[in-house]
Amino acid sequence: MKQTIIPLGPYHPLLEEPEHFKLYVEGERVVELDVEIGYNHRGIEKLSEGKTWDQVPYLVERICGICSTSHPMAYCLAVEDLVGCDIPKRAQLIRVVVCELERIHSHLLWVGLAGHFIGYNTVWMWAWKYRETILEICEKLTGNRNHYAMFKPGGVRRDFNKEQIDYGLERIVEMEKPIRLLTDAILDDPVIHKRLKGIGVLTKKEAVDYSALGPTSRGSGVPWDVRYDEPLDGFKDLKWKVIVQKDGDVFSKGVVRLLECFESISLIKQALVSLPEGGAIDADIREVPPGEGCGRYEAPRGEVFHYVRSDGSNMPYRHKVRAPTFNNLPTFKASCKGETIADVALITASIDPCYCCTERVAVVDKNNNEKILREKDLLKLSVDKTKSIMKKLGKTPPLYNMEI
Amino acid sequence: MDILKKSFKKSIWVFHLSTAACNNCDIEVLELLTPRYDVERFGIKLVGSPRHADALLVCGSVNAHAKPRLLEVYRQTPKPCLVVAFGSCGCSSGIFRDSYSIVGPLDKVLKEEDPDVKIVYIPGCPPKPEAMIEGIVMGLGAI
Repeated sequence: MKQTIIPLGPYHPLLEEPEHFKLYVEGERVVELDVEIGYNHRGIEKLSEGKTWDQVPYLVERICGICSTSHPMAYCLAVEDLVGCDIPKRAQLIRVVVCELERIHSHLLWVGLAGHFIGYNTVWMWAWKYRETILEICEKLTGNRNHYAMFKPGGVRRDFNKEQIDYGLERIVEMEKPIRLLTDAILDDPVIHKRLKGIGVLTKKEAVDYSALGPTSRGSGVPWDVRYDEPLDGFKDLKWKVIVQKDGDVFSKGVVRLLECFESISLIKQALVSLPEGGAIDADIREVPPGEGCGRYEAPRGEVFHYVRSDGSNMPYRHKVRAPTFNNLPTFKASCKGETIADVALITASIDPCYCCTERVAVVDKNNNEKILREKDLLKLSVDKTKSIMKKLGKTPPLYNMEI
Repeated sequence: MDILKKSFKKSIWVFHLSTAACNNCDIEVLELLTPRYDVERFGIKLVGSPRHADALLVCGSVNAHAKPRLLEVYRQTPKPCLVVAFGSCGCSSGIFRDSYSIVGPLDKVLKEEDPDVKIVYIPGCPPKPEAMIEGIVMGLGAI
């Protein structure tokens, strides 16, 4: 059959962020898919090398507007790993509260958008109505609806007072009922079952092979969650469980997200109740010694990884970010093949992609021409760099062939 | 021209595009359509094509990769159109000002293309939905 290419994006009404999909279709079926990104590249890693350790959290929370606590959290964990300090108990629990609030609003956002993608705008309006209440709690507790600026290496910037804690507890307990209502309604809806079940299946083996992260892997029966596998300080003492579904289709990913909302509500309740009276909220890091540190944290979409390297000055020498979508994006190759065009928009949304988080590389030459780097080009760049370093150090090139 | 001016008095159709933003303003724009703020009651409606739009809602600082696309979308929008620069990034490139991949704030890029472009600035990171509604209404008043 003749193959046709259908472009999707970069400014497509269904896509919130600019990204470009090329769908290779035979008739109605998608046989291959290609993603081009780069419309959101802002050079954050380079910018962060020009900011002091305390300024970087403001920058990394602007990597993405939805995971705007996960990135600072991972960065702070990386710096704390490098310094080797302990965080006060109160600060740990405040972090848990803010992070879990973000998880609920991000998952509700996904549920709403998934409803929008299948043309079921009632779900969209309904889910976002409840999301608004969560943002209200965020605003009361942290001072802003998004971009909370709560975290700093060594602790948190602002403390919760008694009034805020009571308000947060009261509202979050109230939220359980409407979210339960929404969940039950979605899980019982025959239309949603027909649209989402058996669509875009990612098997357990494929999920492991592609190193899928977050709800994408947990929907396929792989119980990976950094909060659980590598217990973070705040989460260690609280009781919660990792939600896993087996089927790997879009529906399972949705179920994982909806059920995780309840775990998050439970975590927030436990954290707010067990918040110790008074005490420090900041470990007061004065100096960052030379060395390197890694921070891993489970963002709503999967594991966020931050790496920092210090040369002993007041700025990071190198800062590397790896966002979950970077791993989840290639799973489209497995899950989109053989599906119809109508389902592809939904499947590509099912991993809850965040292109703002993912875009770490852009190549633009002087004449403003764009260039797409394929695997071969990246390999060539890497080999050239090694060669130039060797030349600089006066070492002889290795005996084996470095040509590609 | 008078007909176009008249058309601005009624329902405004908007096209939303994001040029190297952090996604937050984009989400807040969608937030406007949901029950709490519900701008559709004022006739503000999100449309799928710039050719149908009266106003462009642009979020984010402009990077080199997105610039040609932004200009293309601007050329496709019927004139006179209102451009709304959302957030600190849209107004001044914000925290990303010094980055190598940013080619300048939105107004600078658009004024190269069309010196008479009408831009409304809504600062904030992200601006609150109330501020967004007020900004759009003020912009329409100016036209």
